[in-house]
Amino acid sequence: MSVLTQAAADGMVVARRNLIKVKRVPDLLIFTTIQPVMFVLLFAYVFGGAIHPKGVNYREFLMAGIFTQTVAFGSAITAIGLADDLQKGIIDRFRSLPMARSAVLVGRTTSDLVNNLIVMVVMSLCGLLVGWRIHRSVGYALLGYIVIFAFAFAMSWVSATIGLSVSSVEVAQSAGFIWLFPVSFLSNAFVPTSQLTRFLRPIADWNPMSSVVASARELFGNKGTEKLSTAWSMHHPVVTALGWSLLLLLIFIPLSVRKYRAAATR
Amino acid sequence: MVAATPEPSAAGRAGSTRAGAGAIVAHGLVKHYGEVRALDGIDLDVPEGTVMALLGPNGAGKTTAVRIFTTLLEPDSGHATVAGLDVVHDADAVRRTIGMSGQNAAVDEYLTGRENLDMIGNLYHLGKAASRARADELLERFDLVDAANRVVKTYSGGMRRRLDLAGSLVANPRVLFLDEPTTGLDPRSRLGMWDVIEELVGGGTTLLLTTQYLEEADRLADAIVVIDHGKVIARGTSDELKSQIGGERLELTVSSASELAATVDILRKVGVGEPTTEEKAHSAGVAVEGGSAVLIEALRQLDAAGVVVQDVGIRRPTLDDVFLALTGHAAEEAGEAAAAKKRGRRGDKGESS
Repeated sequence: MSVLTQAAADGMVVARRNLIKVKRVPDLLIFTTIQPVMFVLLFAYVFGGAIHPKGVNYREFLMAGIFTQTVAFGSAITAIGLADDLQKGIIDRFRSLPMARSAVLVGRTTSDLVNNLIVMVVMSLCGLLVGWRIHRSVGYALLGYIVIFAFAFAMSWVSATIGLSVSSVEVAQSAGFIWLFPVSFLSNAFVPTSQLTRFLRPIADWNPMSSVVASARELFGNKGTEKLSTAWSMHHPVVTALGWSLLLLLIFIPLSVRKYRAAATR
Repeated sequence: MVAATPEPSAAGRAGSTRAGAGAIVAHGLVKHYGEVRALDGIDLDVPEGTVMALLGPNGAGKTTAVRIFTTLLEPDSGHATVAGLDVVHDADAVRRTIGMSGQNAAVDEYLTGRENLDMIGNLYHLGKAASRARADELLERFDLVDAANRVVKTYSGGMRRRLDLAGSLVANPRVLFLDEPTTGLDPRSRLGMWDVIEELVGGGTTLLLTTQYLEEADRLADAIVVIDHGKVIARGTSDELKSQIGGERLELTVSSASELAATVDILRKVGVGEPTTEEKAHSAGVAVEGGSAVLIEALRQLDAAGVVVQDVGIRRPTLDDVFLALTGHAAEEAGEAAAAKKRGRRGDKGESS
């Protein structure tokens, strides 16, 4: 077996192990789904009345934002899972085995991607219930989901780096989430970036999250307000979004593998 | 599980390894955690097929040493080989040779016992069928067949430990590291664990185990290395260590405290040095030379003096005595102090290598 197929095979063994846990402790998945459903209801029925982007159906506008926020927050599970394995000494056991050094991380990010797939099915159904629709062809819609999942996978590696850097599961639980609030709210997910103050606008326009949201709106055929912006990223969201995801992977895969090599039980 | 000598090519790569060298060898291992010197120049040599116990209180550096041998940590200086393979430069080859069971049972709570072992087999790349067969074999051997299909969450502490040990044996390792294998187990589970370990080393596996329990080292190990504050403070067989702190003592208990005065007079004559007494227990003791002959002489004189002896014996020092004599403090005390220190430094321990 070549080094790469070996790493993939080891990664799948670890991913299967993680998914068995999801199957046996479904509560975790249920609660990670409740939160975004709650967001859909809050924004659609509570804030939706106050946020009036011009010429836009807010519930259609909202769903791409919620989808992206959901997978971004979902990535925090990667940090928690790894911190838990570290604390219980399971990472030590893995590190003493002649397996690929990337396998535990590949396995974890893969199983979290599967988690995200399940949550996204639920979210899409939830969106359909509140009036969200896909207006373009299946191919475009599929590409829309691919952009979202590429971002989810990249964020999972960012989260892996966090999970291997913190001192306990408790810390991972807040460190994994806290930075996602500014990232998801300083974007076009819930409000058009043109409504932000002038100095926040470029930050929001270039926020990786915004380009994913804009891509999804474009590819699902949900009317957004991105074209009001002058930023290049908002006029070429798909390229920008995939570019960001690739960049995050290029930075955080090697970084987290380095963290893993030096990981010590605390 | 026949102990094999390291392949010549592997031994050659490891540089310093001599022919016939030990299965586990360390020279001048040093490891710092921030300000704390966890290991301060440790030398070890464990011959093939033998058991060495690394004995010391909490925070003495035992776990750090094991972590270096099992490739989890790199030493700051010094070097170590396992089966002739350098733990830093041949880390992957070392991992294929060893088995490790850490301080907390590193088993997955949400998998069944069988799934845990099967997963490890897959990660050793045994192949699907062989991995499953090996899991069944180990479940049988560690008396976990009935619990094999239950999630580990439902296991007792002793069962988890046995499963963890089984996990370390999946690939039939020639060299095994057990870090405090019985810490936290109740006395019955501890005895069970000892039986399992004894059976294991009977098969020729080289074993390095760490323990805080003097009794455990005494029972399981061929050789003992006592470490404290990252330094080796004594080494030898259990008997050698005991004789290091002096010879035997004659100890006896008489029927009443009023007889102690006469007893002490007699003990002073037959023994060397000043006898000690314990009023409450009506017991007295003295260091002696000459073993049972002295015992008989003492009993004869006590009988002549009309003292009723309830219990008598020649006692050799225990490892507890050895520890006290070597470190100037008892094992437990040291443990507390070191644990407090460990808590204090936890903050800067995160990025330790």
